[in-house]
Amino acid sequence: MTAAPTARRPAVSLPMWQGGGTRMGFFTDSSICIGCKACEVACKEWNGVPDIDTGFTGNSYDNTSSVGANSWRHVAFVERQRPDTGDGVQWLMNSDVCKHCTRAACLDVCPTGAIFRSEFGTVVVQDDICNGCGYCVVACPFGVLERREAPDGRAFKCTLCYDRLQVGDEPACAKACPTQSIQFGPLEELRERAEKRLEEVKQEPRYAGARLYGDSKDDGVGGFGAFFLLLDDPEVYGLPPKPVYRRTDLALLWGAASVAASVLTLGVLGSLSWRRR
Amino acid sequence: MGSNMAECHPVAFQWIVEAQRKGGKLIHVDPRFTRTSAMANLHVPIRAGSDIAFLGGLVHYILEQERYFRDYMVAYTNATTIIDERFLDTEDLDGFFSGWNEESGTYDTSSWQYEGGVIHASAGERGAPRPPADGIIIEGAPPHSDPTLEHPRCVFQLLRRHYSRYTPEMVERVCGVPQHKFLEVAETICDNSNRERTTAFVYAVGWTQHTVGVQFIRTSAIIQLLLGNMGRTGGGVMALRGHANIQGATDIATLFDVLPGYIQVPSVKDSSNLKQFCLDQGGAAGGYWGNLEAYLVSLLKAYWGDRATPDNQFGFDYLHRVTGDHSTYQSTLGMVDGWVKGFVVLGENPAVGSAHGGLHRKALRRLDWLVVRDLYEIETASFWYDSPETQSGEIRAEDVGTEVFFLPAAANAEKNGSFTNTQRLLQWHEQAVEPRGDCRSDLWFTYYLGAKIREKLAASTEARDRALLDLTWDYPLDPKSGDPSAEEVLREISGRGPDGQLLASFGALRADGSTSSGCWIYCGAFAGGQNLTNRKRPGQEQSWVAPEWGWAWPLNRRVLYNRASADPEGKPWSERKRFVYWDEAQGKWVGPDVPDFPGDRRPDYQPPPGATAENALSGDRPFIMQADGVGWLFAPSGVVDGPFPTHYEPQESPVRNLLYEQERNPARQVFRRRDNPYNPTAGEPGSERFPFVMSTYRLTEHHTAGGMTRFLSRLSQLQPEMFCEVSPELAQERGLRPGGWATISTERSVIEARVLVTARLPVLRLGDRVVHQVGLPYHWGSRGLSTGDSANDLFPLVLDHNVHIQETKAATCDIQPGRRPRVASR
Repeated sequence: MTAAPTARRPAVSLPMWQGGGTRMGFFTDSSICIGCKACEVACKEWNGVPDIDTGFTGNSYDNTSSVGANSWRHVAFVERQRPDTGDGVQWLMNSDVCKHCTRAACLDVCPTGAIFRSEFGTVVVQDDICNGCGYCVVACPFGVLERREAPDGRAFKCTLCYDRLQVGDEPACAKACPTQSIQFGPLEELRERAEKRLEEVKQEPRYAGARLYGDSKDDGVGGFGAFFLLLDDPEVYGLPPKPVYRRTDLALLWGAASVAASVLTLGVLGSLSWRRR
Repeated sequence: MGSNMAECHPVAFQWIVEAQRKGGKLIHVDPRFTRTSAMANLHVPIRAGSDIAFLGGLVHYILEQERYFRDYMVAYTNATTIIDERFLDTEDLDGFFSGWNEESGTYDTSSWQYEGGVIHASAGERGAPRPPADGIIIEGAPPHSDPTLEHPRCVFQLLRRHYSRYTPEMVERVCGVPQHKFLEVAETICDNSNRERTTAFVYAVGWTQHTVGVQFIRTSAIIQLLLGNMGRTGGGVMALRGHANIQGATDIATLFDVLPGYIQVPSVKDSSNLKQFCLDQGGAAGGYWGNLEAYLVSLLKAYWGDRATPDNQFGFDYLHRVTGDHSTYQSTLGMVDGWVKGFVVLGENPAVGSAHGGLHRKALRRLDWLVVRDLYEIETASFWYDSPETQSGEIRAEDVGTEVFFLPAAANAEKNGSFTNTQRLLQWHEQAVEPRGDCRSDLWFTYYLGAKIREKLAASTEARDRALLDLTWDYPLDPKSGDPSAEEVLREISGRGPDGQLLASFGALRADGSTSSGCWIYCGAFAGGQNLTNRKRPGQEQSWVAPEWGWAWPLNRRVLYNRASADPEGKPWSERKRFVYWDEAQGKWVGPDVPDFPGDRRPDYQPPPGATAENALSGDRPFIMQADGVGWLFAPSGVVDGPFPTHYEPQESPVRNLLYEQERNPARQVFRRRDNPYNPTAGEPGSERFPFVMSTYRLTEHHTAGGMTRFLSRLSQLQPEMFCEVSPELAQERGLRPGGWATISTERSVIEARVLVTARLPVLRLGDRVVHQVGLPYHWGSRGLSTGDSANDLFPLVLDHNVHIQETKAATCDIQPGRRPRVASR
């Protein structure tokens, strides 16, 4: 079992975005996602994200496979038996994206300052500063951050359309979504809306397992800036049930490493001194 | 049913999602579990091609459980009408109606008539049968009817008898739908159809692309009329069109036998007298078609302007005359057989998108010349050097004699114009960017093609060239691009009055040549000089009907036949469903929509003797395009294959027809020739070679035959290759590996596809028989970034005789693991 990261919070000082202005984000309501992938296409068009070539995967209608440097939105398709009746098929769809964590490990581990917290509370990688070190890649608990191999290995991810937000427009994916499965707005407002929506969705027996994912400030990353309404456990969609703020671990690791290093140094020094004797 | 709306119409589907959030229920009856099924409250798997058995089962349920909306049905349908005593049903003749002529393969429909008169259809085969001079119905009510519904020959009783064997048990055996699921659908629909509530049917090409396609839709219309769901908000039968502007293309007449506004093209057999032609076409009957002469003369005035005069019958003789069936597939066969020499293809890719692609490519190879205008060099343009036939070595490019002209077309963002969507809504769009290079709009091409032909004919004195030389062809041109003004074209279509002012309504059109309108149903789109199709007032800033968003034909009516939203006295059926109703104080019909009825016609109006057109219908007849003003449960004319929909098996089926001795629609259009072989169907020797049902469809990621999507990387990467969908059971039976290859074969062709194994393809149980289905997206061809074999290559030419549409939603095939055989190049 992973130790609850919140328990360790007093031990390590965790940077938590407090923010000045209104925090903006996404509420992705998977109960009305029709899997059209307009979000994937709109994102790529607006942000100039390179094409991918996964070929035909044979995995339902998912030929994008995951969120990554070249796919900032990814619609997951989950085919399974209906959980309530066991009779017939259920086909779940959800458009995954960077979570824009409240405690964003990627941002905290970034040594160059390429990743910053915007005035909208979003987490953005500046590609002209990123040096491709890849620390953020290991830090991200969702596997969102990825280095773009060609041409130079820098990391790319969803910026929540920082450029569009700056001119008062909504992100491209939310704009393109035909069913308003992707909603953009002030995070607090979205959370209220999501609570109400969850109550509606749970009325349907087949969606008894519906829940919000990433809406709580008490989860491992202090809540998502882009949270979800899922129709079942996050694992069903390939999402981590208990995301962990990885810098905690890294800090501890670094701490442990420095102790080990000290011991080693001491040992070496000791042996030297012993030799000298 | 017959529609995968979430996948193929995702933008329109937002309204379904909104309805569901308000408590609406979505039922999806479909051979596959699709993205629409995923959103549905209930998915009901059905064997492809068996929809009439299912819908007929619903009719049976509604009648036997007495769930019909009696007041509506008696007043607004022909349920009470008594039919000719010579009429015999399929129950009497085991799958045939009376009037079948084995030799010609057609019905003589004279025995299907109302007792006491002959009645015209408002659409379809409108001109036939020719009414005897004394038999024309010109009064509102059909002469013989029985409001008690007890007469054995009244439509209601005939309908009961016709569907008496379409029981839930029969539905299960024919469609593979378990009885409890069928009953759940029936109860849900009936519970939701009454004074307080309405139910809508939505369909697309899953209903049309069958040898009984028109009758699929007719069955749903019967259900909706029985339940009182027509002309009321939330009701109706909604046809989802396959392209953004197919509705507009149909309205302004791309079909060989229809002029703009659904006016029949005169045939060589028709009178050459304009007035007589209009009379023969129903112009003396009740309903708005009674004004046909005004609509037609106004059209002729739009075509020929000052050259259209009373002396030359306003140019009626300039119009071409139809000599027979010149529909798409007949023309294709004409190319193969050498009597069609040239072909102009705009916005279509028949080498991929039409049934029997191999035959189409053969047709293209036999042409003298071919013009293809498209965004990319699609398969229809590359057939001579890049096609399955050249790849196999069967054909060498140097042996193809066709001269191919490929012309680059401008895309929608590169031109002004309007789209007419599925709900008859015209929406104007502005040009965003100039087209690149030599790309030009269709309007540009058509205008300059006409100008060039006229220039070449300028010196001609031949009578046959007058029609071209006398055309009004004087649109203002953009000084920079040379493009004709699209708005001017819309003004011409909308229509002008005697002093040139833009007309507000088709009611103002006259048969004396004083008015012009390029399409009478579009008259008023430019009323008052304002392009009403370009209105973009947000929905939340106006009434919920949103009349100021775009413009809907006719006259900006958003719900057709909305007189039916009120009872015969003009009162709303219920407060909850109040829509268009009679306001006695004001003496007119009121409500948030434009009334689809003469605005001040009292509900108790009775036509005076000798009244014509809309004035011949009484004030309680909402279906104003019908000669008798009511909805037709029984179609005495207009359909060539029967007044009641009847279940027939597809041309190719793995099972026999359980309902009738007659297996297939006797009036379907078949082409028995060596290059169009049919698979043996159930009961014929060799049918076991093709044991599975196959059906084609679209994916969200691609558009129809791929011309607009397979060349775009953003879309191609989402669905990069042709694939087929099979159930785990079929995969196991045939050894198909997920992600591997499969070869699918019919008598026409053999194609290969990657394998997607999915439980979304249901295995159907028909009694003790198990039927497997193979799903085939039809987007692919050899060109572009995303390539693959074409599913349509597998299908034969066999058509619905009413509309000449091919049966590509149900046929038989075999599937085997591995790639298709390859023939070494010569």
